[in-house]
Amino acid sequence: MGHPGERRTWHLCAAALFLLLMPLFHPSEPSAEEDIPKFFVPPPPFSEGIFPCSQCHAGMEANPTRRELSYHTEIAKGFNHAADQRWCLDCHNPDDRDKLRLASGKLVSFEESYYLCGQCHGTIFRDWKAGVHGKRTGYWRGKKEYRLCVHCHNPHRPRFKPIKPLPPPMKPEDIKYRELSPEEIPRNPLNEILRSERVERK
Amino acid sequence: MSRESDRRSGRPCRSISRRDFLKGTAAGIAGAAFPFGSTIVSVWESFFQKHFREMSQDEIRDVIERLQREYSEKFDTRIDINARKAIPGTLFGYGLDLSRCIGCRRCVYACVRENNQSRDPQVHWITVLRFKKGEKWVNDLEGAEKYYYPEKVPEEGFFYMPVQCQQCENPPCVKACPTQATWKEPDGIVVIDYNWCIGCRYCMAACPYGARRFNWGRPRIPKEELNTETHYLGNRPRYVGVVEKCTFCIQRTRAGRYPACVEICPVGARKFGNLLDPNSEIRYCIENKRVFRLKEDLNTLPKFYYFFAT
Repeated sequence: MGHPGERRTWHLCAAALFLLLMPLFHPSEPSAEEDIPKFFVPPPPFSEGIFPCSQCHAGMEANPTRRELSYHTEIAKGFNHAADQRWCLDCHNPDDRDKLRLASGKLVSFEESYYLCGQCHGTIFRDWKAGVHGKRTGYWRGKKEYRLCVHCHNPHRPRFKPIKPLPPPMKPEDIKYRELSPEEIPRNPLNEILRSERVERK
Repeated sequence: MSRESDRRSGRPCRSISRRDFLKGTAAGIAGAAFPFGSTIVSVWESFFQKHFREMSQDEIRDVIERLQREYSEKFDTRIDINARKAIPGTLFGYGLDLSRCIGCRRCVYACVRENNQSRDPQVHWITVLRFKKGEKWVNDLEGAEKYYYPEKVPEEGFFYMPVQCQQCENPPCVKACPTQATWKEPDGIVVIDYNWCIGCRYCMAACPYGARRFNWGRPRIPKEELNTETHYLGNRPRYVGVVEKCTFCIQRTRAGRYPACVEICPVGARKFGNLLDPNSEIRYCIENKRVFRLKEDLNTLPKFYYFFAT
């Protein structure tokens, strides 16, 4: 047992050492921006001619009241994204319409709209950053192609619409051997449905 | 009739023993079965082709050249076959989010397109099963509906589960094969050599997941829909009388790409990656989601993980 004063010195030394070494054991948390891969291949899926918004909005007075819209009627009609709690300027920035606005007041571009979505859908945002929520294409080992939330979910009406399924497999009793000319070999129905979906989107 | 009786009847005796007769017959049949013409050299070569894992790089190259010649005659187009080896340090794993799958069967037909399955007689590597919510658990594969065909999916009150080869770490199909025509590769993919498969279908009986398919007839594919980028152990065109199945798109995944079913899925339900890489998507799924594997009690140790993300 040492002198009480000596012990205090030791404690102080230990505390100083601990404080000095702490950053080594607790590296600063990476900010939300750092761990987001930068592989967004397609640009945001704007309807043709709609962006930049300032083309029309530049001289307009911002009106935050809920009302019947005379323009953007398609959006207003199908609006179904917590519609009771939300209206245009809760996400769109009133002053510079080419930007989105977070709850904190920070402005983000349409290319980074995932910050806006991530404000409410935090767990989904976390999965998406890890590459688990949403569709991935490209390379599992190398360049992964991500998509923005809005490539799959319409931001004003995010729930997926039901789609037509492709045909079921043939039942064993229906599989009969038959002579076929090359033209008669059945074609893959996938190509047809992808073509029609592309046309629909246009 | 014995020689004794021949002598008694006074006929001249031609002393051909039974052994000689059989020898001659065997030689004759063998001669007829393996013609020596120059056009049929490949018949010879394919008959004496060694087991894939016993071939040297040069021998594999020769076999591939021969197959490419055969295929280009058969399909009137050039088909590239590679035999790319497993990437060191990889063990492939697959994740499927059942809370997202809508049962649209896009994966089934994207697989057909990528992997050159026969269109008629029809072969599919993926089967999408439909279950009524709250009725039976997914291990009852036989009790599920696979011929559902509503106007639109998903339907109220149902969920969907695609089933394909589970790439078991302990694969019963491999044990059943009498010719070792199917085996597990170092990256965990269970493959089939279509030139060694004898079509006995023991592997199909051994597979608890119903994942293997048999070519009952000569596979037929429209020429313009052929995928000409192929792997020897994967999507190269098959023969009548051989077994085939999902290979996690070996021709794509060994080149670093995602399988075709992952890329087509419109709801992003399908996940793929390297189980040995702690930062991979599949590891994230296993560590953060409640995953399960089909028929775990059989100790087949599938590398195909199902989960409900939400």
